[in-house]
Amino acid sequence: MNQGIDLQGSFIRAMVDLGFSPGVAKTLWLPLPMGVILVAATVSIFVTVWLERKISAAAQQRIGPEYAGPLGTLQAAADGIKLIFKEDITPAKADPWLFTLGPAIVVIPVFLSFLIVPFGQNMVITDIGVGIFLWIALSSIAPIGLLMAGYSSNNKYSLLGGLRAAAQSISYEIPMALAVLAVVLMSNSLSTIDIVNQQSGYGILGWNIWRQPAGFLIFWIAALAECERLPFDLPEAEEELVAGYQTEYTGMKFGLFYVGSYVNLVLSALIVSILYLGGWEFPVSVTWISGLLGISETTPWLQVITAAIGIMMTVFKAYALVFIAILLRWTVPRVRIDQLLDFGWKFLLPVSLVNLLLTAALKLTFPVAFGG
Amino acid sequence: MVMKAAADKNSILAPGEMLQSPAAPPSVTHDLSENVILTTVDDLYNWCRLSSLFPMLYGTACCFIEFAALIGSRFDFDRFGLLPRASPRQADLIITAGTVTMKMAPALVRLYEQMADPKYVIAMGACTITGGMFSMDSPSAVRGVDKLIPVDVYIPGCPPRPEAIIDAIIKLRKKVATESMQDRAYTMQTHRFYQRAHKLKPVPPILTGKYLQMGTHSSPPKELMESMGMPVPSALAEKTAHEETN
Ligand code: SF4
Repeated sequence: MNQGIDLQGSFIRAMVDLGFSPGVAKTLWLPLPMGVILVAATVSIFVTVWLERKISAAAQQRIGPEYAGPLGTLQAAADGIKLIFKEDITPAKADPWLFTLGPAIVVIPVFLSFLIVPFGQNMVITDIGVGIFLWIALSSIAPIGLLMAGYSSNNKYSLLGGLRAAAQSISYEIPMALAVLAVVLMSNSLSTIDIVNQQSGYGILGWNIWRQPAGFLIFWIAALAECERLPFDLPEAEEELVAGYQTEYTGMKFGLFYVGSYVNLVLSALIVSILYLGGWEFPVSVTWISGLLGISETTPWLQVITAAIGIMMTVFKAYALVFIAILLRWTVPRVRIDQLLDFGWKFLLPVSLVNLLLTAALKLTFPVAFGG
Repeated sequence: MVMKAAADKNSILAPGEMLQSPAAPPSVTHDLSENVILTTVDDLYNWCRLSSLFPMLYGTACCFIEFAALIGSRFDFDRFGLLPRASPRQADLIITAGTVTMKMAPALVRLYEQMADPKYVIAMGACTITGGMFSMDSPSAVRGVDKLIPVDVYIPGCPPRPEAIIDAIIKLRKKVATESMQDRAYTMQTHRFYQRAHKLKPVPPILTGKYLQMGTHSSPPKELMESMGMPVPSALAEKTAHEETN
């Protein structure tokens, strides 16, 4: 197996050569990837907000943000700074503690989930054994924050929005977890690195989307519902609930919900690309090309190129999915709450169970293709 | 923002009288903000605010049709960074599109007070400036929203074309650009009047099925049954007789 570039190992070796003890070197290393991922996640908000507004404008034959920076690229920055300086209102009779905690509880797990998103063989903050399970666990914290926000606002629309958000998250978490389980069954591991490695070697043909087409669709639909994107954006349905659980939020607290929803969208797209689209794999296997050209896999420059391609491929796949999500948002009408719950419990859940059983059966019958 | 009356004879103010809401910002803070660092910070702050004025979705009459055209593809106010918000808490700008009646007035004031500072008002159309065509004889139209909330920009017209609204937004952007961070203390709202707790109280269910089980739903009225020659159930006959005696 190609071990790829090992930045952590090189950094620690360099520090030990400089005279630090290995423990200190490791401590010095730890904050670096975290900081990089934090900055990358924050930048992804600006990119996604800009994409959203430009693509929605294009879908409606408009121009979209034009005057804030070149092509309106600074629009999200202007919105953000404005929100920071806006007055912070806590409504009369609201519960100040829950009201403040709500947005924080929504945002923190989303950023924490970036712990397990790999951009290359060794390019992940931590490769823990329960990787994808940690993400599922963290994503079920957010609805508690939404419910808190809705309940503490002392507003009927907020309360309804919060209840809807909780109901929606709980009912779509189950099909999503079952779809993930089918993938885990094939790769015999919960670690995100192992899941990608299991898809590697055959280029685009080895990706899980060919072995799990139903799982891919179920996961994508459930992920959209978890992010409250438009066919399922009932918790903030403007026409019915003003702005749902966000109704009473001003300034940066509202900004936090905004940040949380966009980072969550990017995160879900990254997870889909890891589970089903081969993660950092190039559509044509890089190992195969280098073998064809007779270059050793351990050549340093090849490792750097492979790592760069890996990062670019992961981000590219994620943003292709974000693009689809945005187009969906601006073309599809919203479903009703009863349709949403019916669809989740009566259709997605049985289909994902069948998918899981089918995967297990195929794994027993064709252990070569389905990871014996 | 109180200014000493000018000492010259032509002044309309009595000697010693103060002028409320002068047309120019107070000069002391203005001199302070001539400072290079402060102006740069002010410029950044103002640029951020003027680039993302979120308007509230507020329309009470025909003017909103023109406002809605502005959201659409032909006029597209998203170019200026305007993103309509349905909740007043997240809006920076309220464009009063349409006639405001006496009945709507408290709701309008309440919406305005629910908005977070800094906030701006554009009065759109003749109705919200003077009462427009209702200013003659209407018993209920408010003669101008500036009697209720402070207006920053007026757009005349009945209704004003979307280009006129764009013009107003550009004028408002210019106004925002001249403001200073230090004036915030003066312009911040100090008292909010319409704050109330929603009383979420349980009510008995209204769809109990009793309405459909009433006697009049299971059999035709007594007169009709008699004329059709059907036997009248004794309970129904007694009931109607009882009702008639009441
Ligand atoms: S100004 Fe004219 S168009 Fe606007 S609300 Fe009044 S009557 Fe209607």
